Amino acid sequence: MNSRLSAITLNTFREAVRDRVLYNLILFVLLLVASAPLFSQISIGLEKLMLVNVGLSSISLFGVIIAIFIGIGLVSKEIEKKTLYTILSRPVRRWEFIAGKYLGLLLTLVVNAVLMTAGFYAALLIFIHSLAGTDARMLIAVYFIVLQFMMMVAITLLFSAFSSPIFSATFAFALFVIGTFGEDLKNFAAMSHGATKYLVTGAAYILPNFASLNVISQVAHEQNVSGQLVLFNTIYALLYSVAVTVGAILIFERRDLK
Amino acid sequence: MHAIEIRALSKDYPVGFWKRTLRPALKSLDLTIEAGETFGFLGPNGAGKTTTLKLLMGIIFPSSGSATILGKDFLDPEIKRKIGFLPEQPYFYDYLSAPELLDYYAQLSGVPAGVRKQRIGELLSRVGLSDVGNKQLRKFSKGMLQRVGIAQAIVHNPDVIFLDEPMSGLDPVGRHEVRELIQSLKDDGKTIFFSTHILSDAEALCDRVAVIHKGELRGVGVVNDFRSSVADKTEVIWLGAGALRAVEESVVEPHITGDTVRGTVQSADLDRVLDILRQRHARLISVTPIHRTLEEYFLSKTREREKEPVQL
Ligand SMILES: Nc1ncnc2c1ncn2[C@@H]1O[C@H](COP(=O)(O)OP(=O)(O)OP(=O)(O)O)[C@@H](O)[C@H]1O
Ligand SMILES: [Mg+2]
Repeated sequence: MNSRLSAITLNTFREAVRDRVLYNLILFVLLLVASAPLFSQISIGLEKLMLVNVGLSSISLFGVIIAIFIGIGLVSKEIEKKTLYTILSRPVRRWEFIAGKYLGLLLTLVVNAVLMTAGFYAALLIFIHSLAGTDARMLIAVYFIVLQFMMMVAITLLFSAFSSPIFSATFAFALFVIGTFGEDLKNFAAMSHGATKYLVTGAAYILPNFASLNVISQVAHEQNVSGQLVLFNTIYALLYSVAVTVGAILIFERRDLK
Repeated sequence: MHAIEIRALSKDYPVGFWKRTLRPALKSLDLTIEAGETFGFLGPNGAGKTTTLKLLMGIIFPSSGSATILGKDFLDPEIKRKIGFLPEQPYFYDYLSAPELLDYYAQLSGVPAGVRKQRIGELLSRVGLSDVGNKQLRKFSKGMLQRVGIAQAIVHNPDVIFLDEPMSGLDPVGRHEVRELIQSLKDDGKTIFFSTHILSDAEALCDRVAVIHKGELRGVGVVNDFRSSVADKTEVIWLGAGALRAVEESVVEPHITGDTVRGTVQSADLDRVLDILRQRHARLISVTPIHRTLEEYFLSKTREREKEPVQL
């Protein structure tokens, strides 16, 4: 990685950490602890099911919220506060700026997810008193959550590259919600005919699909995740993120920053 | 080789709700700045100074025209290792300390890791910030920020330095210190291009100035001419209107009040005019050299075209 890219990446990470974004970790742990009495009301088998569902879902949701809230300001804040002026007057290529911002926010989210996962496993140990060998399967769910972050960061960055934070937040969140029901869109496409079919199929390909990235309830029910799905999801998330980030770069490349 | 060469650089901003109309902010600017020169870019508010600097820095793109810096195209990323830029009213990442900020910028400008720490230490004391420690920039005063701004512009030891209103918003002490800093950069042989509307700063620091108004270059002047002891015009007042006929072609805009004549004479013609007046027995009342100040120059160049007296 070239030194300018790594400098921008690390500075983006540093900004997030100093803005106390990772404080939500404390909230996460508190949430798990507070919900513990709830779990013990339910029978032993269900207790774990609940904990896995709540734990993994919050890792995903917290991350997406951070991705949107930091992501929307990544570029627009630097333009508004004119800090970008002192960056672009250096040998920094515009694509390096966007790519550095992308990697910096992704790094923040990965660190966040790793810490949360550690907290989650600790909670499992405390409340269930044991970790089964099959619990490693939950790491696949976490991996998919990180893939989802990759896509969400790219999406918010794309909006941030050309519009205001409020617009970006609204649209990024809308895409997140749509993407969560991505499978329904595909089913709808399969059922429809004629022009509608082409339109909906096209939309299903352009819009993000987070449905196949969500295996939380599967692993909570101790079901296996196929290696094929892992491979498919990895390729899908990579391609989607790269395509969207390239879009963000192309927009940013020719933009007057005033 | 010129340090900076600006060729027919223009910028139109789209304005209005639909961004349909274009309004020119900079109209075909031509300007060359020599290596080692300190060049003042003067103009009233909204003249197009910041627009010019943003164009040169590649922050916005020109509608037409181009420029070279140190002989290379101004958009060539490699040329940016050799230039430094202080934006107007700069703001920096306020979660960083001054050394962290300078280290970040040095890294972006390709300063090798081995020399960064030492250079940043030296730089902080050069701009009078050696005692700030690890205080975050959000706690800095405006004057301190301006010094950080100058430090970031020179952290990679550039050859050409662009400063957008480096003294604005500073108290008299701060202004003086920034002036000294620019002077020391000038003494180091750097090429400095700075915009300002504080004429005394330009007069104290610059070799040459350009005056820009409403996006148009109105003139380029050598600062020494404004402060030289030899005035190019002299005002002469004498008693004896009859003598005017003999010197008429050398006296500009003569005003006659009763028997008293007041007019301006080119300094080169002065001796001859005075000789003739004596021969005609006119009584000299006063002979006053007229120094044209930078302020007068600025005002004359920025006066609205429409209001300018019609020259016959
Ligand atoms: N982003 C923009 N969109 C539209 N018009 C702009 C934009 N930026 C500047 N202008 C216009 O361009 C003209 C020149 O502005 P510029 O900022 O270059 O002036 P300046 O000489 O730096 O003035 P000041 O001394 O106030 O800093 C002004 O009329 C301004 O209103
Ligand atoms: Mg300005």
